[in-house]
Amino acid sequence: MFTLKIHEYQAKGLLQQYGVLVPKGVIAESQSEALKKAGELGDGSCVVKAQIHAGGRGKGGGVKVCRTRDEMQSAVDEILGMNLVTVQTGPEGQLVKKVLIEQASKIECELYLGLVIDRQKEIPVMMASAEGGMAIEEVAATNPEAIFFENIDPNVGLQPFQARRLATRLNLPNDTIGAFSKFATSLTDAFLTEDCSLAEINPLVLTDQNQLIALDAKINFDDNALYRHPATRELRDLDEENAMEVRASEHELSYISMDGNIGCMVNGAGLAMATMDIIKIHGGEPANFLDVGGGATAQRVAEALRIILSDRNVHAILINIFGGIVRCDLIAEGITEAVQDSDIPVPLIVRLEGNMVEQGKKILADSKLNLITADSLDDAARKAVNVVTKEATK
Amino acid sequence: MSILVTSESRVLVQGFTGGQGTFHSKQCMEYGTQIVGGVTPGRGGTEHLGQPVFNTVTEACIQTQANVSITFVPAPFAADSIIEAAEAGIQLIICIAEGIPTLDMARAKAAVRAHGSRLIGPNCPGIITPAVDDGRGCKIGIMPGFIHHGGNIGVVSRSGTLTYEAVSQLTARSLGQSTCVGIGGDPIVGSSFTDILQLFQEDNDTHAVVMVGEIGGSAEEEAAQYIAAEMTKPVAAFIAGRTAPPGKRMGHAGAIVSGGKGTATAKVKALEKAGVAVADSPARIGKTLQSLLPS
Repeated sequence: MFTLKIHEYQAKGLLQQYGVLVPKGVIAESQSEALKKAGELGDGSCVVKAQIHAGGRGKGGGVKVCRTRDEMQSAVDEILGMNLVTVQTGPEGQLVKKVLIEQASKIECELYLGLVIDRQKEIPVMMASAEGGMAIEEVAATNPEAIFFENIDPNVGLQPFQARRLATRLNLPNDTIGAFSKFATSLTDAFLTEDCSLAEINPLVLTDQNQLIALDAKINFDDNALYRHPATRELRDLDEENAMEVRASEHELSYISMDGNIGCMVNGAGLAMATMDIIKIHGGEPANFLDVGGGATAQRVAEALRIILSDRNVHAILINIFGGIVRCDLIAEGITEAVQDSDIPVPLIVRLEGNMVEQGKKILADSKLNLITADSLDDAARKAVNVVTKEATK
Repeated sequence: MSILVTSESRVLVQGFTGGQGTFHSKQCMEYGTQIVGGVTPGRGGTEHLGQPVFNTVTEACIQTQANVSITFVPAPFAADSIIEAAEAGIQLIICIAEGIPTLDMARAKAAVRAHGSRLIGPNCPGIITPAVDDGRGCKIGIMPGFIHHGGNIGVVSRSGTLTYEAVSQLTARSLGQSTCVGIGGDPIVGSSFTDILQLFQEDNDTHAVVMVGEIGGSAEEEAAQYIAAEMTKPVAAFIAGRTAPPGKRMGHAGAIVSGGKGTATAKVKALEKAGVAVADSPARIGKTLQSLLPS
């Protein structure tokens, strides 16, 4: 399972289809492509923007304002291929493969406009603020009364009076209320039609031409709705995602890598989180979250083991399965089959509980495989931590 | 007694004749649940597992007087099946499906509210009221019946197998359950912790409650407020995900710490402040609940 994020240029392209105004721009993957396409933008100032998913690009040096063609060329040169480190990328940074070059806008004021699903209200909510350019979390923390909200009925969309109310609260001049209403309505239409989980325009700028333009755009999509948006699925950029998490999602395994050395394979997301927690309680560090799902067949177990083992930091694997409807003896057969077929270079600790657990344990014991069996959650976590501690002191 | 469901509940199965519907309907019937019919569009007029099949919920309600429905309809069509049940006048709707689009759920939730129904789930194991003594139990869901035992502990949880873990710890200590409710792991769910805690508080046969929460959202914090203000029965809790990294969805669509919100630490703190005994380990959920009971 993944959260589909897209690049700024893709978000702007999508929003344009809904009538949102964006700066005129071109996308380039090379210096020559940039030069060829820049002609379309005219001779005025432009902005070169690194296209990576992470935020904080400006502070990391991934956004440059250029007054001349020469400046643009050197900006493109500098940004394309750079390893951009921002507050969101982590210290390893992200390789920039594309730049967006846009006409610069003459800005009168900067606003914030966003849509999210409010979990408490259980509907989408539009947020607007005159503090554009700042992270909305920061505004919420320091100046919460500067954020205005409108509840969106998902069957109706943003109603005209709601848009006018926001425009007035933002202190926009009277002659821009119409343009703001159109912008906010278009953004809401896009959010609802495309099944977004987040749509954020920061900043939304009022230009000296009295136009409202999306200077930046960030859109995330609801994974669960992607089946009905084939075009959106095409926007996915695998370079931006953790390779192992991608591979796991292809096998319908839910996997998230972490920094520890005890790999985990668990059935059920809640129990998987709890297993990570109990490893920590016993003084260990989990290497991953992995939900193998309900049917822990030999094939799924084998694929999960491969994914866990591709993390070189893993020194032991804890398998924790609660057989509900699924029978532990079948799961035990799946585990033994998968382990026999693959070469597992680290100790395996197996804890089975639930339906037909005695038969399951017997199968594990009779298999003569080098498995460490555990009788409870505590026992399993303790054994896993002991094993990696022993390895470390060898 | 119990909450929400008893052996008298008349249950309709939506998506009755499909693989999941068939498998779990059989298990529920074996447990004692009164399944009075099912709905599969295009199969109306036939019989399945000895019960009548209908094309629509409205028709099924008229013919069977069902008052509870469980839907096994796959995620892309699940919200529609919830709205259909609510509109037909079903009072309690249980939705198992994982992966329903969030906006579909926002719409379904509004419809459920408008029709005065109650929804449990989605992305949940369902509800079970285990049998007491020689009586019949009622299982409306996909949980394994055999780990449960009739008694006086209410269980409410956002998760599946972790709930089974908690229940089996209770049963191992001879602490039977009045009713166990899985409210589901999605960002928008039909019933909240607070909704279910309220029912347990009002139920004479529930003496104490186990609540199993996880990271993401603020349902546990809201429950803590309710517990502090209204609840007189002892509550034990466990919150999963103390080690979960921020910004990552931990399997469940709703299990994510974002913008510093929804952390396990904040939830544990809120619950402890409300007088809840929070187990620090998932292995000690049963023990923590037992420590709250008079010995």
